[in-house]
Amino acid sequence: MTGTVRTMRDALIDGLCDRMREDCSIFFLTADFGSPALDRLRLTYKNRFINVGIAEQNLINVAVGLALEGFTVYAYAIAPFISMRAYEQIRNNLSVMSEFYQLNVNMIGVGAGLSYDVSGPTHHCLEDISVMRTLPNIDIFSPSDWVLCDKYVDYSIENKHPKYLRFDGKPQPQIYDNSVEPDIKKGFYELIKADTVCVVSTGYITHTALAAIKSTSTGTGLIDMFFLRRFDEHALISALSNYETIITIEEGFIGKAGLDCVISNLLEKAVPECRLIRMGFKDNYEFELGGRDYLHEINGLSQAALIKTIKTATEK
Amino acid sequence: MKLNRQDKLLLNEKALSVRAETLKIHGLAQGTRIASSLSPVEIFVVLYYGGILSYDPANPMWAGRDRFIVSKGHGSISLYPILSDVGFFDKRELGIVCQKGAIAGAIPDPHIPGYETINGSLGHGLGVASGVALALRARNRAERVFVLLGDGEMSEGSVWEAIMFAGHHGLDNLIVILDNNKACMLDFCKNVIDLEPIEKKIRLFGWTVKRVDGHDIGKLYNALSIFKGQSTGRPKFLVADTIKGKGVPSLESDPLSHTRNILPDDIEAAIRGLR
Repeated sequence: MTGTVRTMRDALIDGLCDRMREDCSIFFLTADFGSPALDRLRLTYKNRFINVGIAEQNLINVAVGLALEGFTVYAYAIAPFISMRAYEQIRNNLSVMSEFYQLNVNMIGVGAGLSYDVSGPTHHCLEDISVMRTLPNIDIFSPSDWVLCDKYVDYSIENKHPKYLRFDGKPQPQIYDNSVEPDIKKGFYELIKADTVCVVSTGYITHTALAAIKSTSTGTGLIDMFFLRRFDEHALISALSNYETIITIEEGFIGKAGLDCVISNLLEKAVPECRLIRMGFKDNYEFELGGRDYLHEINGLSQAALIKTIKTATEK
Repeated sequence: MKLNRQDKLLLNEKALSVRAETLKIHGLAQGTRIASSLSPVEIFVVLYYGGILSYDPANPMWAGRDRFIVSKGHGSISLYPILSDVGFFDKRELGIVCQKGAIAGAIPDPHIPGYETINGSLGHGLGVASGVALALRARNRAERVFVLLGDGEMSEGSVWEAIMFAGHHGLDNLIVILDNNKACMLDFCKNVIDLEPIEKKIRLFGWTVKRVDGHDIGKLYNALSIFKGQSTGRPKFLVADTIKGKGVPSLESDPLSHTRNILPDDIEAAIRGLR
């Protein structure tokens, strides 16, 4: 199921460019961060594209001001900076103010997880899901491929509340092709259905999980979570309840408020007999160099580590 | 665009009664910030009673209103009596501030008709206002965006991000009023982060700047009415020199007035002392 290689941001921005032709209520703001697709957008829609400069706090505040007046806004920056440099702007002016107003601000953070593998902890983004999940009223979209981003364009325009979009920084092959038609509103997709052990993943590491499961003959399920809030909870509980063991794997800290906690909350509530194994980053920052695969390997997140975990879980 | 003598007298009387009402609120709600709420009284009076702001109390979110974003929200308890007086909400609310079931607390939120944005953390208002100004300009709307900033708040980096942004984009529908009351929480601002020469600094960022006595109704009115009418391609910044705790001598000279309370038993005397 792997096909065209593309960046998530280009898929979303290309889709937006098409919508901006007819929809004059869309503004695109960036904190001096670009992409090839953005070059087209900023040349075509000069009056609705603004580079606020390297100023993430102002990026969010200006976006909020535009949204208060009814514009649909996309605010684009590097993931750790938009999610954490501007955290109080997001908290007060999007999360809190959404109690009063409809604010369609779509925060696009590029560089989820270890996308920027050689740039060190300031560019690694292992906390964004956790910090965003603690805020009421903010949706989280964590896609595994660009096809989902393309589908998300219409959803993001039509659903008028604040959203955090965490995109991988590098081009990735598509997971979803014509034979797979995920319902974006459902928030997850069962890539492989099985009956004993299931891996639940989000973002880039779904590629690792897919490859790992395909390389074994263990009959392991795989659920790709692309919404970490406002997903179809009933359907997800129904899917999880088919299994004895769930393994969550994510490019993020575990035991805080990330994917593992989304799943553990559901299991505790609805499938308490199901065992949960959490794979992700432990409670420290990573300074090692050597590429994303190597960093995964030394943090127990490689394909081999997942296969080993699956096998152990299957044998028990 | 000048007020006549009669108008000035009337507005000064309004300012006096707003100060008295504000002290009464503080007497009942000791969690409110009295000193920083007394400095912008004349600014509020000119905006709401002087005909500077366009607003409709029956329809607070009327599309034709001038937007007024109070960025130093904690220091705007003195706006409560004005908003209720002009009809945004019932006067009974003034007697139950901070109590169960009240709409108004120590720090105003958009629960209160007439307030546009959330308050309590400083440095947010100007950036949001810049986005609003940009939106109005994109739609060719004539409404203005007014922002009240505090001088202590000017230490926040996000304020300067917005000052650079608004200047660069020439947002001439944006009007900032700086309540320059000279003190933050622990000291006079000049001993903490000295803003001066504030006019020169802001002008260098591409803004039109004026400076007036922030307790002089006539001068405030002149400056704001000129700013509202101008479309010069530059955002506008009015430095309003004020006194923190204005009208209450024990607060006026105190660098620590920010957290000082006037105790309920002393409120009547403080009101008598206003004249």
